This record gives sequence, C-alpha cells and structure tokens, in this order.
Amino acid sequence: MSTPLQIVVCGSIVPDPLQTLEPVTSPGGPALKNEMMLPAVLDPWASHALYEAAHLAQAHPGSKVWLVSMGPKAKLQQVMMTVAQKVPFELVAIDGTASGFADSFATAAALAGAIEAIPGLDKSRLLLFGGWESASRGAGSTIQMTAERLGITEQFQGVDRIAVRQDGSFEILERIEGGRHQVSVCTAPPAALGWATGFLPEPRNNPQVGMANMKAIMPALMRAKPATATDPGLAYVSVSLPKQQRETRIEKNMTPEEIAREIAAWIRED
Amino acid sequence: MESTLLLVHTEADGALAKPALEALTSALALGGELTVGLVGGAVEAAARIAAAAGALRILAVSGDEFTQPRYATDAAAAEAIARAAGAAIVLAPATARWSRALPGAAYRLGGRIDTHATGLAVRDGAPAVTRWFYRQRMEAVLTRTARPWFVLLDVGCVTPWEGAPAASAQLETIAVAAPESRTTVTGVQAPKADEQTIRPDAKLLFVAGAGWTKKQPDGAVHIEEAQQLILGALRGAQASLGGSKSLVDSTGEGEAVLPFMTHLNQVGQTGSTPRHQKGLSTCCHGEEPHVVGWRFVTERRAVNLDANCGWARGKADVVYVADAFAVVRELNRLLA
Ligand SMILES: Cc1cc2nc3c(=O)[nH]c(=O)nc-3n(C[C@H](O)[C@H](O)[C@H](O)COP(=O)(O)OP(=O)(O)OC[C@H]3O[C@@H](n4cnc5c(N)ncnc54)[C@H](O)[C@@H]3O)c2cc1C
Repeated sequence: MSTPLQIVVCGSIVPDPLQTLEPVTSPGGPALKNEMMLPAVLDPWASHALYEAAHLAQAHPGSKVWLVSMGPKAKLQQVMMTVAQKVPFELVAIDGTASGFADSFATAAALAGAIEAIPGLDKSRLLLFGGWESASRGAGSTIQMTAERLGITEQFQGVDRIAVRQDGSFEILERIEGGRHQVSVCTAPPAALGWATGFLPEPRNNPQVGMANMKAIMPALMRAKPATATDPGLAYVSVSLPKQQRETRIEKNMTPEEIAREIAAWIRED
Repeated sequence: MESTLLLVHTEADGALAKPALEALTSALALGGELTVGLVGGAVEAAARIAAAAGALRILAVSGDEFTQPRYATDAAAAEAIARAAGAAIVLAPATARWSRALPGAAYRLGGRIDTHATGLAVRDGAPAVTRWFYRQRMEAVLTRTARPWFVLLDVGCVTPWEGAPAASAQLETIAVAAPESRTTVTGVQAPKADEQTIRPDAKLLFVAGAGWTKKQPDGAVHIEEAQQLILGALRGAQASLGGSKSLVDSTGEGEAVLPFMTHLNQVGQTGSTPRHQKGLSTCCHGEEPHVVGWRFVTERRAVNLDANCGWARGKADVVYVADAFAVVRELNRLLA
C-alpha cells in the first residue's frame, strides 16, 4: 500500500511570454510598464511542478496538493480561473508582489510563513515543489531558502523526474551540465524539488476539476494575507532593454547550393 | 574593496573545471583580499592553483562525503567555509552543484544571493552585479548592502584563469561532520557518447524547429530524412543541438518525433539560454519566446521558407528563404 503524500507547490504568476515588456521606474523601484494590465500566466516551470504533483497525488490515493502563490490578488484570481481547469489543488494565496525585481530571501520568508500556517499539514511528510527558476526573476534560490526555513535539507534542483517506490523512497533525476541527469535516491520525505520541464504534457482542461477547485479558490483569495517581498538593501542601478534590432539581410533568391556554401564558409570562420 | 571568498568545488579527479577558473578571474578582478574555499573529495591540486593566483587564505572541506554533489553535504561545507572566511562577498561559479546548494548556505548565514550574474564591476568600493530579468528580456545592474552577499557567476562570461600551479600551498582544513542525509547519489544518466547532442563548448548551435516534422511542399512528412540531415549537420559542424518548444513538445504528444530531441535541447523562455559564438536556426519560426534563449548567441543565421518569419524581423543577421532540407543536404556534403 502506498502512503498518501502531502505536496505543496510554490508558484507565482508571470507576464505572458508573448508580451513585450518594458521596464519603468516606480516609487518602489523598477517595475514593468502597465504591469497590472499585462496578461499573466502561471510561471511555466512552477506549472510543470504542479502537473507533476497532481500526477503523483493521483497515483497515491489520499494525497493532497496545495498551490502556494504570491501575487497581486486581482491578478491571481484571473490566472487561477485558467489553472483551476487543469488539476485538483487547494490554493493558498498571498497578496503581494509577483515582480521579478523582488528578492528571493524575502519571498521565501513569505512562502514559508504561509506553508507553516496550512491547517493539518504534516511537515514530516512534506514534498515541497516549485519551479527551479521563475520566468520573472530567474533566481533559482527561492525554493532552497523556503525549504531551509521549513527545516528541509534534502533538496533537488532542475528535476525532470521523480519515481516513488513501494517502500516510500524515491528516485530523482536532476539536470546537470552537458545534457545529463544526476540520479539520486532519497529514502523518505520531507524533501524539496525545484522542477525543470519534467516529462508530462500539459493536462487538458477539465471543467469538473475547474468547478471543484473554484469553490475553494475564491475563499482562499479572500483570506490572502498581505506580504512584502522587497529587500531594502537591494538597489537597482539600471534596468534596460537590450539593443535588439539587428540589420537582417534577407536572401530570397539564392539556390540551396549557394546558401550551403555561404553557411559552410561562415561555420569555418573563426 | 571588501574581502572576497571564492567558493569552488573540485571535480572527481581533484581538478578545477573551467567555470571555477572563470570565477577565479572574476574574483581577482574585484581586487579585495581573496580567500579561496575548496570543497571536494580531493583538493590539493586546486589549492596549488589558488596559491599561484594569490589567495591570502585557502580553506578546504574535503573527504569522501564531500565528493558527490548533494545538497545536504554541499550546503554544510559551503556554510562552514563561509563562516570561517568571514568574507563580505562570496563568489562562486553557477554550476549545477553550487546552484543547488549555495542559496541554502546563504540563507543560513543570514545573507542574500544573486544568481546568473553575467558581469561584476566595482562601484563605489562595492560590487555591482549585472544580470538578466524576465528570461533575458531585460538587463539590470544591482547592488546590495546585506552581507554576506553570495553571487553565482554564469559560465562563459570571462576568460578562465591561466597559470602554472604553485609548488605547494598552505591549506587550512575545516573539519565538518557530514550532516545526516537521506539522499544517496547513485549515478549520472547521459546519452551514449555518439548520441550526445548537447555540447556546451561547441562553436555552433544548430537549432531545429517544428518545421522539420511538418508536411513539406510535396504534401508528405519526411521524418527519417529530417533525422539524418540534422544528425549529419551536428556531426559535420561539431555543433550542439537546440530545439524549439514545439518540436520537443511533440515528443510528449505522440506526434512524429525525432528521438534524440528532448526537453534538455529546448532553447528559449522555458528552455535554456546557451552560449555559443554562432547559431543556425532551421525550420524554426523565430518567435520571441524562442529567441530570448538566443541572448548569448552572437552571430545568428536562419533558414526558413517564410520570408516573414520572426528571424527576418531584426532577430538574425541573415535569413535564407529556402527549403532547409535542400540546404542542409548540401551543407552536410560540404562539411563531410
Ligand atoms: C509559456 C510559453 C513558453 C514558451 N517557451 C518557449 C521556449 O522556451 N522555446 C521555444 O522555442 N518556444 C517557446 N514557446 C513557444 C513559441 O511561442 C513558439 O510556439 C515556438 O517557438 C514555435 O516553434 P517553431 O518555430 O519550431 O514551430 P512553428 O511555429 O510551427 O514554425 C515552424 C517553421 O518551420 C518553417 N518550415 C517548415 N518547413 C520548412 C522547410 N522545409 N524549410 C525551412 N523552413 C521550414 C515554417 O516556415 C515555420 O516558420 C513558449 C510559448 C509559451 C506560451
């Protein structure tokens, strides 16, 4: 018989990747132009963590998944309408910034505080999930610091696979240099896993799951406590967009042979 | 300049890999008093390099327990060295091993950490870190007052330190009882040498997009040939293989696929941001979420049937409007 799992997924929201972003200066430091108006999505690597969590929970009856998400309440509500359709989870919302210019140390404090306050959570059985990096700050340090605050010192980053075995131990594949995976075995939870892409496709929308999730999402948003994730000791000297435009030469009339010759010569150049 | 600790781990053979030597260059450029901290199974050879580079102190945590990359032992070793060094600034290369372990060590010391630093300069006597935000869409320079300040330096931004190791080095060994851990590293999974398509040190990144698996002008799909052409180009140009999200995702969705193409190859917003001097995009549309992954690819060319693809809009230096099958077939002949 498999033991039920308790999985807490940390994931915030980020601007839709197809949006053009422009930095602006706000009283609180750098921000994005029209930040509150930009369409947002659940942070992609965190969403993989959520799908993996749901997949594991389904395989281990009695398991439960929470999604702990810090962001401006109104934006969280918008994004959750979509996320709720995907897999069953219970939302724990924190009303705060989702800015890439916030700090991981402070964010981890807010996340750990919210996790500590989850009623009935048994930390000795906890699997703490999240994306290994966000698409906003890309810090790759929030999960580690959150886990430390929760006393979790079995940690994995760039995870592509977890396989839970009969005895409750699990094997984990983490991305390392050169397109390889490090394989580890951890005998039992608690553990923290920062997910890369994993191997699961995005689940299809399921209106029934959506309805069940939404019942708890609205009250969770009402309960969301405010938190700050800025660090007064962090100062931005500048934030700028790269000079993106290249002068593109467009060749429409070269034969494949001519193109291949030109590319081969270019490859051989130093 | 404030005191600096450079934290590096040794490889299985006791040597320092390129990322560590690059971080040494960055640490020396900061100009503060330098302590080098070493973690690994064997550290003597690395200590002689640190001595040759002019480290004032060399601290080490070594032994069998510290050979394998594992969070619990690595974080404990890094924490112990950072406490012993008492440095304000802690620099380290952004290897998978340190990226996993150092955020936790920074937390234990009450410090802060910045990762993916692509540049480090001195401003008013303190470091200023350059890093990218929103997946390489904007670049910022930042400073901090909190100490210790850990900075993980991205690989490939500076020249690795070069020099002969010193004849000997004075090494201060720090005794750390390996913390109890429930984790055992059991091995590494890698494609067989001749199937390895990810080559971080390659000069050329060859990107394959979903077009390779789509219906071609003759109305048919040519997966077999696509596979041979792509692998041929990788061999001929000694290139590293990148893929678009659409192409690598098709693996999971039961469509016709290229078996050597995995999520590890994906370049872009939710993939990697590799560093290569040149990049050749084939059958890939060049949409923004893909192209942000090319931030550190200097020279860019693309082959696409569509003259209005994303690459043509200022994202590549040259766009060849042509059939990639025909071009790569010929290219492979020339490179063979
Ligand atoms: C949250 C999110 C994250 C994303 N992250 C990423 C990411 O990390 N990486 C990424 O790549 N994408 C990412 N995307 C997806 C991105 O927006 C595009 O959908 C994707 O890059 C398209 O892939 P493609 O160009 O290979 O395929 P397509 O858009 O299908 O383009 C295929 C191209 O092949 C060309 N073609 C076909 N046959 C030939 C031929 N014989 N010769 C020459 N050209 C040919 C066509 O003209 C076309 O331009 C993300 C999207 C979202 C929403």
